Amino acid sequence: MATPVMDKAQATATADYITATFRIRRFNPEESDAVIWEDFQITIDPKERVLDALHKIKWDTDGTLTFRRSCAHGICGSDAMRINGRNRLACKTLIKDINPDKPITVEPIKGLTVLKDLVVDMEPFFQAFRDVMPFLVTEGNEPTRERLQSAEDRERFDDTTKCILCAACTSSCPVFWNDGQYFGPAAIVNAHRFIFDSRDEAGEQRLEILNDKDGVWRCRTTFNCTDACPRGIEVTKAIQEVKRALITRRF
Amino acid sequence: MKIHKYDTVIVGAGGAGMRAAIEATKRSRTAVLTKLYPTRSHTGAAQGGMAAALANVEEDNWEWHTFDTVKGGDYLVDQDAAEILAKEAIDAVLDLEKMGLPFNRTPDGTIDQRRFGGHTRSHGEAPVRRACYAADRTGHMILQTLYQNCVKEGVEFFNEFYVLDQLIVEEDGVRKSAGVVAYELATGEIHVFQAKSVVYASGGTGKFFKVTSNAHTLTGDGQAACYRRGLPLEDMEFFQFHPTGIWRMGILLTEGARGEGGILRNKDGERFMEKYAPVMKDLASRDVVSRSIYTEIREGRGCGPEGDHVFLDLTHLPPEQLDAKLPDITEFARTYLGIEPYTDPIPIQPTAHYAMGGIPTNVKGEVLADNTTVVPGLYAAGEVACVSVHGANRLGTNSLLDINVFGKRAGIAAAEYSATADYVELPENPAELVASQVERLRESTGPERVADIRKELQETMDANVMVFRTEQTIKSAVEKIAELRDRYLRVSIQDKGKRFNTDLLEAIELGNLLDLAEVMAVSALARKESRGGHYREDFPNRDDVNFMRHTMAYREVTGEGPSAKDSVRLDYKPVVTTRYQPMERKY
Ligand SMILES: Cc1cc2nc3c(=O)[nH]c(=O)nc-3n(C[C@H](O)[C@H](O)[C@H](O)COP(=O)(O)OP(=O)(O)OC[C@H]3O[C@@H](n4cnc5c(N)ncnc54)[C@H](O)[C@@H]3O)c2cc1C
Ligand code: FES
Repeated sequence: MATPVMDKAQATATADYITATFRIRRFNPEESDAVIWEDFQITIDPKERVLDALHKIKWDTDGTLTFRRSCAHGICGSDAMRINGRNRLACKTLIKDINPDKPITVEPIKGLTVLKDLVVDMEPFFQAFRDVMPFLVTEGNEPTRERLQSAEDRERFDDTTKCILCAACTSSCPVFWNDGQYFGPAAIVNAHRFIFDSRDEAGEQRLEILNDKDGVWRCRTTFNCTDACPRGIEVTKAIQEVKRALITRRF
Repeated sequence: MKIHKYDTVIVGAGGAGMRAAIEATKRSRTAVLTKLYPTRSHTGAAQGGMAAALANVEEDNWEWHTFDTVKGGDYLVDQDAAEILAKEAIDAVLDLEKMGLPFNRTPDGTIDQRRFGGHTRSHGEAPVRRACYAADRTGHMILQTLYQNCVKEGVEFFNEFYVLDQLIVEEDGVRKSAGVVAYELATGEIHVFQAKSVVYASGGTGKFFKVTSNAHTLTGDGQAACYRRGLPLEDMEFFQFHPTGIWRMGILLTEGARGEGGILRNKDGERFMEKYAPVMKDLASRDVVSRSIYTEIREGRGCGPEGDHVFLDLTHLPPEQLDAKLPDITEFARTYLGIEPYTDPIPIQPTAHYAMGGIPTNVKGEVLADNTTVVPGLYAAGEVACVSVHGANRLGTNSLLDINVFGKRAGIAAAEYSATADYVELPENPAELVASQVERLRESTGPERVADIRKELQETMDANVMVFRTEQTIKSAVEKIAELRDRYLRVSIQDKGKRFNTDLLEAIELGNLLDLAEVMAVSALARKESRGGHYREDFPNRDDVNFMRHTMAYREVTGEGPSAKDSVRLDYKPVVTTRYQPMERKY
């Protein structure tokens, strides 16, 4: 067995610190109704995450800077925000990848009410999720053992099981910005996850919900959602598949 | 201050909390208080799998699983509890499948299973396929599935409510649970929840280490709330260091990677685990592998310019297998290290991962006030609890199992208790402790900063109570923690507001971490032996004569008012041994 190549790992070892400017959209209605942009200059290893930079600012400079986060590696969906004008997870975005030579802008995701700094009201988002019956519905007696499902049938809805409900897709959608009633891509993705699960028996009901005036037909296929998804879900494709199922009633 | 009244209150909405909630909501008026939105809980980060002897792909049975669990835990496991865990595993997995969990499938359409560390056929003969999984996002699927079913059942959540105090009231000489006190993040308001029963499911406490797989929010709030009210904490010296965290960052790369055939190599490319565990090799139990990695590093066979890590090599596995079975962790390597796992090995080091210890409970999930007495109305399950099914070292895939088996049990037991019990009267001023804590922090003008103290705490924990420990290192940790706890009294925060004051909550969380770090270090100092995750270089052998017993740590307060001092008092509890007598542990 050959000795593993070590160059790449070594390359990651050296830290070349840079000075970067973070331009952050601030809002605290407890103090003022005004929204301001505030610049913070920090010295940081560009291989660190935007979340590390926000922590550095909060911990070393300004404890009032407010944002949500938990896992710090792209799994919990807490820290979707608009970074340089694009929706991303702060913990999955490395500073070196977003041109730190220029000020990096950080603002809350759009279309949901801002409560403080980067924190938005997630309730309407979760309500849309709950509205699409996001759970397995089956009829008849439960089997003693597991329900059988072929590997192909399991694969059919694999992509949409990856959703972490971070709202990056929904809050990147122009239709959602303009019309708060639209279910939004994330809810449709989660409906898709069950509509195309061979074990589920409520596909028709879910399709009827999405056939509503605020349902899938609002989607104008701008692909913002697919670009925004930090889990690489083909969101637009999933929405198209739901639209097609509504026409053909085959799924 | 607002007062709410529920039959059953569940603290935490991770796997354990939501599994409990599904049961409790069917049986009683239930509220779930959680500091994170349910789907943000760290159960979602679990990757590799959930153990159950389904025997879908090869011969297996619950008795082998029980044995592996007991041996994996270095015989500190309560064997009655381990037997329940292994027996009820099968239904726990089938329950989840029926709730909709998309497990990977075998060609026959049944749930597929894979190998995991320490899980064996016929009492250690060879690895067995026991881990049920959904790619390397099993925890994500469990968390989503349970949340989906909570939506289905109409479970009532209070999101972004931080439980900061446990109300204990003495009635006729018996200490009972009266409810909890919570802080609402959005408004800064304090809420008292009076409840007939309370279930703690608030997760682990890994954030007192620097290199850890744990989320920023895993700060042991539940353990600390109970401990501060005089309840014991069991086996807190036992913490698991997972062998394969991403070097320096601690992000976990599942043991499933080795289950799929991944190999650990030192700087010479040598498969060093062959030396330490001739049979199980890279799939020996986690404490064994983590110590082996550090032995390689100490003996100069570590990789990189500083020789401070080793490699996880997946390059011999077909890319299709990596894509199908390990998509997330290979993406972590690409995102955070810029490494392509198809062609390059991944630098790793052990990472602080799992608290074996916690709030002591019996097999019904009832919390213990001492070695035998239960606290009526108080329950705990999941990583916050210590049943003890994990003993001195948890086997991989046994925690996702634990949260489902004991989450369900605690949810049922709590709701059944609520159906018959009366409310315990609230104390005179129930919110007093939390209100004064919040006030003190908001008003403090002291010179100390939360971030500095937390950083120093994490550094001392990594340096002194990690994989290798000695009397000297633990003592220096104890001293440092005492210094930090003293400085913590002079900590101040910048955000004085009420709305989403995360500055304040980070300060409170740090207080919890400091208390628990002290308990851990003091418990570790007294355990003069090596067992499972607790390895003392000055006492390298297991000592069944003196230490085949659980540690029970109590907070002891002397003096009153501002001059009051608190310290940790240690006691011990016997281990329940049924089928298996302690044997030497070899892999
Ligand atoms: C990266 C990683 C991978 C893992 N992989 C596996 C695996 O493959 N197999 C396996 O068996 N185990 C695995 N584990 C271990 C396992 O995932 C955890 O032990 C388990 O999920 C813990 O579940 P829990 O419900 O006890 O806690 P958590 O899921 O952590 O949930 C805790 C809950 O408590 C709430 N909470 C905390 N404090 C408060 C408070 N003060 N007030 C109100 N609410 C509060 C939180 O909001 C959260 O909802 C892994 C762990 C990690 C970190
Ligand atoms: S902090 Fe969890 S997704 Fe970013």
